[in-house]
Amino acid sequence: MSTLLEVSGVSVSFDGFKAINNLSFQIADSELRAVIGPNGAGKTTFMDIVTGKTRPDEGRVIWGERSVSLLRMNEAQIAREGIGRKFQKPTVFEDQTVRENFLMALKKDRGVLSVLLFRPSKADHEQVDALAEEVGLLAELDRLAGELSHGQKQWLEIGMLLAQEPRLLLVDEPAAGMTPEEREHTSELLVQAAKTRAVVVVEHDMEFVRRLGCKVTVLHEGAVLAEGSLDHVTSNSDVIDVYLGR
Amino acid sequence: MRTSFIAKYPSVLVFLLALASFTIIVTILSEGFGIGVISTSFIKTLGKTLCLCLIAVAMDLVWGFAGILSLGHFAFFGLGGYMIGMWLMYERTRLIVTEALMQGQIPPTGSEVIDSIGSQIFGVVGSNEFPLIWTFADSLGLQLLLVVLVPGILALVFGWLAFRSRVTGVYLSILTQAMTLALALYLFQNDSGLRGNNGLSGLQNLPGVEAPQSIVSMWFFLASAMALGLGYSLAAWIVSGKFGSVLRGIRDNETRVRFLGYSVEGFKLAIFTLTACIAAIAGALYYPQAGIINPAEIVPIASIYLAVWVAIGGRGRLYGAVIGAGFVSLISTWFTGGKAPDIPLGFYTIKWVDWWLVLLGLSFVGVTLFAPKGIGGLFDLMKKRRARHEHTS
Amino acid sequence: MGSRLFLGGLITMLRTLFACLALMCWCQTGLAQELTVQEILQQNKKLVEKSSRKTIGPVIAQIAASNLSQAQVFLEAWGSKQVWQRRSDGLFFFGTEVAKRQYELTDPDSGEAVGEFTKKQLKQLKPNSGVRALIATALVQFQLFDPDPAKRAEALQTMERVPTAMHLAPLRLSIDNEQDADLKARKSRLERLLTISFDPDTATRVAAIQSFEGGLGVDVRATLNPLVVTSMNITSGDLPTDENIARVIKPGSEYLSMPAAYDLLVAGKLAPPATSAEDIRAALVAHIDGGQVAKISVAQLSDPEIRRQAYDRLAEQSLVPAFIGEEDIAKKLLGYRFYETFAETSVAVTDAAQAALSKIDLNVGMNQTLDLTLDAISLASIYFLAAIGLAITFGVMGVINMAHGEFIMMGAYTGYVVQQVIPNHTVSILVALPLAFAVTFAAGVVMERLVIRYLYNRPLETLLATFGISIALQQLAKNIFGTQARPLTAPGWLDGAWVMNDVVSISYIRIAIFILALIFLCVFLFIMKRTRLGLETRTVTQNPRMAASMGINPERVNMLTFGLGSGIAGVAGVAIGLFAKVTSEMGNDYIVQSFMTVVVGGVGNIWGALAGATMIGFLQKGIEWGYPSNTLAAQTYMIIFIIIFIQFKPRGIIALKGRAAGD
Repeated sequence: MSTLLEVSGVSVSFDGFKAINNLSFQIADSELRAVIGPNGAGKTTFMDIVTGKTRPDEGRVIWGERSVSLLRMNEAQIAREGIGRKFQKPTVFEDQTVRENFLMALKKDRGVLSVLLFRPSKADHEQVDALAEEVGLLAELDRLAGELSHGQKQWLEIGMLLAQEPRLLLVDEPAAGMTPEEREHTSELLVQAAKTRAVVVVEHDMEFVRRLGCKVTVLHEGAVLAEGSLDHVTSNSDVIDVYLGR
Repeated sequence: MRTSFIAKYPSVLVFLLALASFTIIVTILSEGFGIGVISTSFIKTLGKTLCLCLIAVAMDLVWGFAGILSLGHFAFFGLGGYMIGMWLMYERTRLIVTEALMQGQIPPTGSEVIDSIGSQIFGVVGSNEFPLIWTFADSLGLQLLLVVLVPGILALVFGWLAFRSRVTGVYLSILTQAMTLALALYLFQNDSGLRGNNGLSGLQNLPGVEAPQSIVSMWFFLASAMALGLGYSLAAWIVSGKFGSVLRGIRDNETRVRFLGYSVEGFKLAIFTLTACIAAIAGALYYPQAGIINPAEIVPIASIYLAVWVAIGGRGRLYGAVIGAGFVSLISTWFTGGKAPDIPLGFYTIKWVDWWLVLLGLSFVGVTLFAPKGIGGLFDLMKKRRARHEHTS
Repeated sequence: MGSRLFLGGLITMLRTLFACLALMCWCQTGLAQELTVQEILQQNKKLVEKSSRKTIGPVIAQIAASNLSQAQVFLEAWGSKQVWQRRSDGLFFFGTEVAKRQYELTDPDSGEAVGEFTKKQLKQLKPNSGVRALIATALVQFQLFDPDPAKRAEALQTMERVPTAMHLAPLRLSIDNEQDADLKARKSRLERLLTISFDPDTATRVAAIQSFEGGLGVDVRATLNPLVVTSMNITSGDLPTDENIARVIKPGSEYLSMPAAYDLLVAGKLAPPATSAEDIRAALVAHIDGGQVAKISVAQLSDPEIRRQAYDRLAEQSLVPAFIGEEDIAKKLLGYRFYETFAETSVAVTDAAQAALSKIDLNVGMNQTLDLTLDAISLASIYFLAAIGLAITFGVMGVINMAHGEFIMMGAYTGYVVQQVIPNHTVSILVALPLAFAVTFAAGVVMERLVIRYLYNRPLETLLATFGISIALQQLAKNIFGTQARPLTAPGWLDGAWVMNDVVSISYIRIAIFILALIFLCVFLFIMKRTRLGLETRTVTQNPRMAASMGINPERVNMLTFGLGSGIAGVAGVAIGLFAKVTSEMGNDYIVQSFMTVVVGGVGNIWGALAGATMIGFLQKGIEWGYPSNTLAAQTYMIIFIIIFIQFKPRGIIALKGRAAGD
């Protein structure tokens, strides 16, 4: 397996507070990875850096086979490179139908002119139908996204991410606020997605992480504290200290 | 279910039908082409109102759909007016001057004609030479091109600067307002090359056309109606597709759109510039009907009124913009024209000429507070009620 | 010898000439002390009898400079038409009417009566107003010795206003015995100025000039400038060696265009006038003959080339002068040299004057910079006052208040109304300031309660709603107070300006506004940092939910904060009304600038508003200095600058950093 994303020696500070401190992180093609850590460990900032929202003070972020640096790109360019991101709170376009949400996310030319001239073809509609079926929203296609339940919005967002056909998916606390059944569905979706691409899941809920059954990275104070299987890291004394406090 | 443009926006058909019937009725009642019930000056008012509806559609695109509250679109409107005004004024002066000079004992040379036009047009600001910006004023074709190009390029440059530095929300509004103010102040100068606060005048006369104003006004009325119809259809086509989805996405959650891989700045710039061009075309049709344009027309408050119309009509829906602009500007004309009946209160008589703006201001506050969807929101309510009715029956 | 042309400095020349003449007379008579008034008059009998302003000068100067004790009395009598000439012998006497048409004469020198004569035997000297003015000028020097210091000061003032050569000698004499130190200093300064203008000795003049180096006085510049005035001359040969040449100018350079140089030749009758297009046209029109001009049909004459052909044919027939175009002009100009000469003939003096002027210019420039800085500071304090309320509502609460300008207007009108009730300006301003605060505070609270609080977190809609209020308030004010500007008069002790020197001055009102701005800065800082309200405001700004859970009522805090911001706008309105006109639309003038101030400075920070106001104030003054004639252009460029500035500092000068700034 080749390395898809390589973050090395990255640091960033806000007004003197070091949110990320010499962090290094690697993920390979079609790998599922869970990132856990206490509040303020730098999980969200880490995602911000990878997706271009925050510029690090130092360090490198290298992407793909051609080893391009992501630091010189803006958010949209990074997204077009194939990195999709799901926010903590479900952010779908509530004023538009589920179908419109999907169509916007479909992997197509993002240029202004081609968007202006774009009219969905039969194949596009079929692809949307397939995606909607996958995330369980086939019946809701022509409803406004704002009318969906919380869990449905999360799925819609995951579905939109899949529609982007990214090579790397960054998912921030997908299970927050879900019912147990919805959690199960969500974890299945993620495991399924990770078969064809790399997926990084940031999550608090250990039960959910356990269900993903993947390698776990523990962040603490902006740096990697431990890495390995869930059982491995939960038996690590440093990790126990951080979580329980000394 | 696949959705075609018309199926998705049935309002376009309804609107075009309504506009067409309105135009036909007005034409039949007009002095120029019909039975003469509607006076020529009112035809001009109606024609101007149609132009205002067109710029309101542009404003709705940029604000209602893309969420950019531009307080500068009236500047583009005015610039469009200035560009066409330059040709109208130049050509008309040229005809008059040439005729006068031909009365002389020997025929004039080309430079004598130009000098004479220059002193006719710029005498009022103490100059008699043509500024550089009038270079193309002798060519209708080029000047028509400039109607779109000048405001378009201004919007492009300004938008590029503003959007790339990610100025958003109220900051952007204030910045556009500043741009408008700067432009108006610049035009107020005598050496701006556009006759300072005198502005351009006599624009109601089409050079070389013998037809009376009753006919000319109808031409402009029909052209305005056509422009509105085209502009509305274009706007509806734009917002019905993926482009519209992206615009509304930007309005509702810019960051999310960015993470979907769309270059938000590019889309904003595109819609900002496009609507600036539409506004300029509306202006180019408006000012020949108004007859005069001066910098007072484009002070920031005009652009704010534009936002008021769209908000009252209901933003985010194109017909709302048209209703708002048409309704508010016509009713303003009625109230400020002194035709509205005064209200005697015994101790004080409410004269609408004085109190209309107070009422407008307060009703605007009312709309913002109680009916944020504007008049267009009423249609939604009706639709919902009917749907519920059908559901229950 | 080249022909001379006086293009400028003609008056100065005449004046200098006249002064030299007078001085020469004074020197002569200074040597011949014996002459009495009567003798002087008799020597110049013709001039005195037909006295005119142009010729009488030397006579008056001679009398005035005669050192005779009776000179002053005689001049006064002459000026008041009390001098009579006896027809029989042509002698001059003082005449007093003793009976109708009967005059008693006294001798002007001895003061002895010489008897009574009838009017027929006499002829009255009736100096016209020009002559009387000369006499009055001559009399001034006697006042220099007047025992009354006020009289002496008056005399000095007259001399300062109209410096003449004849004052120099008496002025010098009067300095040593001057008791009053102030007057002595003034006399000595004036003496040096007169020396520069009128002293015959070059070295003395140069020394006097050098004594003023680096001074700022307008009088010094007024004295030195005429010395370096130049006039344009033309010669066809070599440059003259006996003239004080300032510089040689090449035609076609930036100082003298070819046509302008040729016009000089034409004016000096050295060349025939150039033929303009208009000349050609007029000539052709004058020679139309049966639809033809010189055998060319009139219809063809719309082409300039053909017009020229026709003209040339006319010229061949000697009907019109030959065509003179650009080539002829250039050729003709080759034969002449253009040079400027100083009116002042002494090279040493003009060199010294130029050196002194350039040093003065440097000094003046530095002082102008200081003056500009003071102006900029006062403008900045006005913007700060106007923006500080906005900084609170926009910066601290995130509320856009488009009606902010109308609160300023409301404050100004409150001041106006108070002045209608309380006529004493000092008292009325002292009442108006707190009252304006109270009125606009109340208005702000009402607006917050009725409108703003429903629109928190919807900034664009707040903008529009407050804009609606702005329209309504403006029209309301127009309905109440009318459209014409209302005066808001400052108390008398704020009139005038603090004058530091001839260049730097600042009006007391602006100083007062500066102090007011400082006070408000302090008050604001005190409220925010030291009071309960400030603490609560900061808490609510940072985390409203947390604040609420700690027992702070965010609604109350918002209401008070908004009221505070509005109240300050009202006070700013009173201050602004003192120097700007109070109209219903005055808010418009400040709203955009206020927003710019807040945005440029950085939102959410009083220091940001201060930095923004300073920057915008200095920028505007700087641009106005660069484009002195055009304040509109200055404002345009300033706004463009701000738009570009925001490109580089989108969050303003003083930006909050990191995640706290939000997105």
